[in-house]
This record gives sequence, C-alpha cells and structure tokens, in this order.
Amino acid sequence: MESMGNLHPSTLSTKDLHWRILWSKEKCTLCGRCTAVCPVQAIEPGVHRKRALNVPMGLTETPSNVFSVYHGIDQRTDPAYACVGCAMCNLVCPNDAIIPVLNEEIDKQRFHVNTGGVPRRRGGRRNVPGSLLDQIKFVRISMLTDPALDAGRHEFEMRTLLGRILPPEDALKFSREQGWIPPVREIYPLIIGSMSFGALSPTMWEGLQMGVAYLNEQAGMPVRMCTGEGGCPPRLLRSRFLKYVILQIASGYFGWDEIIHALPEMKEDPCAVEIKYGQGAKPGDGGLLMWYKVNSLIAAVRGVPPGVSLPSPPTHQTKYSIEESVAKMIQSMYMAWGFRVPVYPKISGTSTALAVLNNLARNPYAGGLAIDGEDGGTGAAYAVSMDHMGHPIASSIRDAYLNLVKIGMQNEIPLFAGGGIGKTGNLAANAAALIMLGASGVQIGKYIMQAAAGCLGSETDRCNICNIGLCPKGITSQDPRLYRRLDPEHVAQRVVDVFLSFDIELKKIVAPLGRSTSLPIGMSDALGIADKNAAERLQIKYVV
Amino acid sequence: MCRLISITSENPISPMILLHSLDMMKEGHDESGVGLYLTDLGGEFEPYKEFPILSGIFSNAGMKKLDDYMLARGYRPKFERAIRPSKPVPAGTPKRDVYLISCYDYPDDWKYLPKAEIRLRLMLTRVQLRQLGIEDGSMMVYSFWPDVIMLKEVGDPLAIADYLDLADKNIYARSMLAQGRQNTNYSITLYACHPFFVQGVATMTNGENTAFVPIREFLMSRNFPGYVGYQSDSKVFTHILHYTHYTLGMGLEAYKHIITPLKDEELSRHPDGARLRLLKHTCRPLIIDGPNCVIGFTPDQSMFLVQDSKKLRPGIIGGKPGIYCCSSELCGLDAAIPDRDRDKDFQPMRYDLAFVDSRRGEIKIWNQWETFTHPH
Repeated sequence: MESMGNLHPSTLSTKDLHWRILWSKEKCTLCGRCTAVCPVQAIEPGVHRKRALNVPMGLTETPSNVFSVYHGIDQRTDPAYACVGCAMCNLVCPNDAIIPVLNEEIDKQRFHVNTGGVPRRRGGRRNVPGSLLDQIKFVRISMLTDPALDAGRHEFEMRTLLGRILPPEDALKFSREQGWIPPVREIYPLIIGSMSFGALSPTMWEGLQMGVAYLNEQAGMPVRMCTGEGGCPPRLLRSRFLKYVILQIASGYFGWDEIIHALPEMKEDPCAVEIKYGQGAKPGDGGLLMWYKVNSLIAAVRGVPPGVSLPSPPTHQTKYSIEESVAKMIQSMYMAWGFRVPVYPKISGTSTALAVLNNLARNPYAGGLAIDGEDGGTGAAYAVSMDHMGHPIASSIRDAYLNLVKIGMQNEIPLFAGGGIGKTGNLAANAAALIMLGASGVQIGKYIMQAAAGCLGSETDRCNICNIGLCPKGITSQDPRLYRRLDPEHVAQRVVDVFLSFDIELKKIVAPLGRSTSLPIGMSDALGIADKNAAERLQIKYVV
Repeated sequence: MCRLISITSENPISPMILLHSLDMMKEGHDESGVGLYLTDLGGEFEPYKEFPILSGIFSNAGMKKLDDYMLARGYRPKFERAIRPSKPVPAGTPKRDVYLISCYDYPDDWKYLPKAEIRLRLMLTRVQLRQLGIEDGSMMVYSFWPDVIMLKEVGDPLAIADYLDLADKNIYARSMLAQGRQNTNYSITLYACHPFFVQGVATMTNGENTAFVPIREFLMSRNFPGYVGYQSDSKVFTHILHYTHYTLGMGLEAYKHIITPLKDEELSRHPDGARLRLLKHTCRPLIIDGPNCVIGFTPDQSMFLVQDSKKLRPGIIGGKPGIYCCSSELCGLDAAIPDRDRDKDFQPMRYDLAFVDSRRGEIKIWNQWETFTHPH
C-alpha cells in the first residue's frame, strides 16, 4: 500500500463525488471516445497493474506473484475535474460500457468547490426538483350545464396581448380624438424567453430564429423570441424577421450600439423591447458572460473587446428612483421607434414586485410586466444565487394579478410569467395554470433548450457548465468544435414540434373547461390544489 | 337549461301569455322557478310611469323596515299592489308574507337633480335595501325603477301565477321577459334567478358562462356600486350591457362585438377592423365563452337576442308588426304569437344581433360583418 502521507483536506475519493463513473472492463473496447468527448476531462485513460497469487499444488514450488496490466478508465477526483454527469461518455460509447451515476448520499465534493476562495459558479437552474405548478389541477370540467369543447375540431383563439392596453373609456376617447394609442401586439402566449446571442451558440440561436420564423409564416402562430442581453446579429436587425423578435436591454447595454446604428435601416419594427431589471435565477445579480465565451463574433455584436468576462451591473447605473428612471427609460425606448413598439420591464420574482407593479400602473407607457421566478435558468451565476435567491413564480404572479384586479387594471398591464415552466416536462399544464392565475403568457428558456436542442441540465446538478462554454451539445458554447454538433435545421424542427404539440395540449386543457374564444386569463375558478396552504395563498380551490 | 321568452307588444298584455308559453316549453325546464320583468307598463300602473316602482318580496318585519327606510329618505308612497297570498302554497315554494309592487314619489330635494344622479340614487336605494334584506332575510328587492316591475319565485311558473292571482291583478305591460327555472349552477337563491336588472337594462341567459370569474372581476373592479351580487354567472351579461350603454355610450352592436369579438384574422378583413380591434383589446376581459343565448331589453326598450360565438343555445325571434317575441324554443314562440308568418322567424347565429326597437314595426337583423361606423 502506498503511503497516505499525501492526503489533503480536499483529497476526495470517487465515493465522495457528486457523479461517479461506472465503467465496465468487459464491455470497453478502449476506443477512447469517452475520454475525448468529456467536456471537463473527468475521465482519463488509465493503466492498471493487477496482482494474482500463483499457488501451485505440492511442496516443490513456492507460491509466487503474477503481475499483469490492463488498460481502462480512471475518474479524476480533483474537484476541478469532477464529472458533471452530462453522460456524453455514455452517448458516444459503442458498447454502453460507461455511465455516470448520482452519488446515493450527499457528496463531499460540494464542500471543496471553492478552491482559491472563489465560490462555485455554474450555469443551469436551482437544484431543487419538483414544482408547485405540477400540483395544480384543472377542476372545473364542463359537462352538462356547459358542454365541453372538442379540442381537435373546434376553433380556438389562443392569443394574448403584449403592450399597454387602455381602459375602454380612454381607448374610445383617444380613438375619437386621434390621440396616441399605445402599440399592442397580438402574440402567442408561449414566448421564448431572453437567452442572449453569446450565452447561446450561433447554431442554437439560428435554429431558434428559424423555428420561430417557420411558426409565424407557415404555421400561423405569432410566436415571439426575446434576444436577452447580447444584442442582435446585424443581418437579423435589418431583416423582415425582426418583427418576431423582442429586443432586450439590460444593465450592461451590450449590443445596443449596433441596434441603434441599425435603426435607420430596419425594415420592420421589433415586436417589443424588454428592459431587464432582474432575472429569476440570480435576482439582484447582473448578467454574466464569462470570458471563455467572448470570442470575436460575440465581442463584435456586443461592442466589447474579445476574451474578457462581461458582467452586467446588478442595476441600471442611470437609476435614481423607480419613478424617475424606469419611467424615463421606458419612454426613451418608446421614442427610439417613434412610439410604435411596446416597452415593458422584466423583474425577478420578489416580495417587492407589487411596488414595481404599482409604479408601472401609474406609468401610462409601461407595456406589461414580466416576472421571472426562482426556477428560472441562467448561463452563468454563482451557485448560491441560483440555489437560494428568488421568489416562487406562482404566488408572485397571483399577487400581481390580484393587485391589478383591485385597482381595475388587470387588462391594462399584461403579466408574463417565467421561471420553471415545464420544469418537469409539463409545459402546457404549467403554462395554463399560470395563465389562469393571471398571467397573460409565459416565457420559457430551459425547456426549449432541453426540448429543441437536447440540453442535458437537470435539478440534480447535471452538466450545468453553460458558463464556461463547454456545453457538450453545442447549445451554449462559442467553440466551433462544439457548436457544430448542433444542426440549426434540426433545432428549428424541434422548436416547431414543441410549439405545435404545446398548442394541442393547451387546447386539451382549455377545451374541457369550456374555453376557446379567448385565453382564460385569471380563470382561477378552474384551478384546484391538494395543499390547503397553497390553495389559500393562491386563492384557488382546495381539493382532496 | 333555462327556458326564456320575451315579448314586446304595442298593446299592453298580461304576463300570463309568457307564463303559458313557458309551460309549452316545460320539457326543457324543471319547473324550479320563475323570473318576470315587465316594462312599458299598462294596467293600473300606467298612470305612474314616471315614478319609481319597487319590486320585491318582504316579510312583515321587512315591510316595516322598508317603510322606515323609504320615509327616512323622503320617498312618498304613491300607489302599491301588495300581494298577500291566501291560497295554499304550491309545492316547493316557500311561504312569504308579501309580494310587493310599490310606486313612490321622488323625494322633494331631487327636483333639480340631473338625470344621471337620479339614476344613481335609485339604484343605490335598491342596492342598500337589498343589503339590508340580506342581513336578516326580511327583504328581497329586485328592482326600483320607473315603469319596471319584477317578480321572482321558486316553484312551477304557472302554479305561482295561480297562487299570486297574477291573471286577476290587472298587471299588464308592453315589454316583458320571463324565465322558467331557478339557477342551479351555483347556490339556490332568488337573487340568482334571471332576468337581472340594473338601471333600465334587463337580460336573461341560457347556458353557463365559462368565463364568469374574470368577467366578474373586471366588472367589480369598475367600482360601480350596481355591479354587485354575482350569485349567478349570467348576471354579468346584464352588467356588460349596462357598461356598454352607460359607461362607453355605445349600443347593441358594440355589445355584440364586445362579448363575441371577431377573431384576429376576421378583423383583418373587416372594413372597420382597426376600430373593432381596439374595442376587442380594451374590452378583452368581457369576452364571453358561451354557450349562451342572451335575451333582453335596453333602456330604450329595444328587445334583442344574441348568441355566443361558438356553441350557441336555442334562440328564435318572430312575430308580426305590433308584437314580437324572442324565445328559447319554437314552441314557446308558437304559443305566444300563433298567428304570425312563420317564414319570417329568425334564428340568430354567431355573428347576428336580432332586435326589435320600441316602435315594434319589424325585426332588424344586424351582422358583425357589417360596417361598424358609430362609436356611439
């Protein structure tokens, strides 16, 4: 046995790791694909010496050692090279000889991921499985007093509005007097939320855009996608497809130099402008694109030098007070497009969301409010922010809606919910529940990455290396060797699949509730939950 | 399902005509209740057209409470018809002390008030009385409005009419709504029985309103004191029409466009698409999702019938110059106006609005694809 003198506090065994690699010597062909594909070099070829005792019969010969050597896979136990569980090794293995498995106990690795005094940073989402949204049921089933609809054959108008809607009295008055009527977009209630060009790879972005264009132009679904804070490729800014895009401006203003310069050459107005004040995954934190991903293309689009990390400030630096700065910023963005484009803020779920909402209610320009819950995702953040900061989306959106009802403005400021919708795969059910709690629509990010591009992330801390540009599927990497793994045409196809199937599922939910003419925003009488406290908090039925 | 019938006639007629028509439609209702709305009154109330009439059910204690309340506010009783039934109570009908129809003179200090203020005060009086009655169950007040009588009760419509001697009470009207069923979708209460009334607007509805809760929330958040008491999901139809008429200053065409707007792609082909799109957006929470057939009267006593935009409930309008009828069933219409030209009967579909104005000369059919030129 070797000396144990080299033990270090952070010396770990494979048993201590979050993900353990199981490897089968019998199945392995030593092809080397797994070690080549591993994004974090968690495994390496190993040469193993094996001793066997040779004990001959009789007394003439003495027992001896027989030494042999075999080749195989070693899992590294240095936390810096810990397996992330992506299972790409398993994907490429011709013989299914290797697979990562989750440690059955709380690992020791987590106590050592702060080497050098730097806390863990990662991409992904809050590592808490399960979702309250999944517990919400649709209990108001139409049958005899009001026959249910046929989801397959009936006409449905599942559209929502984005933009400031005037109260009826004002709308008619302004219409008569040729006054300004705020721009309002009729859009599909499922929006691809803000994921920047930079956070996502070029192939992923292109695939999403192509899918969105197809949905709009061939499938007749007015689907919109938000850019996130990273600007927009110059050709897209000057194309007719810009109308399907929501441009996001955030505290780093990345990409806005390019956007402003493109203004005179734009053929179409963008769908809307989203001002990001907060993000559900890392509330109170600004955006972050780590240097790994800032290549020359990304740098050019964002107007920054390549190879440097791009942390956006946690807040807009021009902000002095909510009344003054938010109103000014909203108005400025309106002015840029001649008051033809709706502008709305996005905030993270927070117990102070109502203060923001009440302020927007007094601002005649605010075109909506997007609230991003704690289950939202991010390309890069400190793990502590992701795991412990934030507010659940269900109560946040419900409070906001009921507050609007109280002041009679539930139709004037559309609410959009984000963060963990479809977290466990139940996209349509989660979206419908939020709509019936009061959202005008929902934004998705991780779901579309998982469904349209095969993102491997999960709430068991799988993969989650979006931040360092090593995405093994090429979704969040800026390395051509990685992002060429992702065919944009296939991504586009999957985007279309996702939206078409979502549409069918949404109809399968609203049809039995007897709804088809309009999106059932705030139809809370249809909802029930078997958790009394949750029912009381959300003001929906308690059903057991 | 509720059975509905309405009539508008140039000559005053007895509500018994409608109750017999309801009886013809008996197969479709469960004889669980009746609601009546009478306006443009004839008979013994005709001389008092300009004075507000209070309709409701009262216990003896409630009568005392009512008198105290009305006197304290300066209302002076002018004429009343208090029905104290002496016959055996029909099966399923609760025993009541007084069915009251009482006409009042306005308080003296109202003389120079603007009409809108008078409308508001009359409505507030009704809402307050209703609230007082709910507290101890002594009063149920259905309407307090000039030239309007309402009656609601649990039980078989004809049996109740006989019990109250309605045929002999010299109660006549030119415009009437009748509905033959107690609400069963929510809790059983007479306040859930159609027709519903607010400030001259009265409607009744077939079918359940699936978008009830968001519509109710929108109406209640208008902060109008009359938008209360949503014991029935159908009450919102009355209040939407009221909101359209009084707050938006628009007519039945707008009402139809508000509750059943054209689809987005239809609006892009409509000559007034832009204006209608604005109306659709701004009144989005008032979109109904059916299945509903709405029959009612506007404050100018136009009788109308509209359907929801998808499932549709039964609904037919027919008649002859001088008398027209809307009914949920053809047999009801046949019973009410047997000698009409049946070829001119009309069953409105999803885009249609059928109405007869107070001149009662013809049925007018308006379609949502027609020009929508008047924002008023």
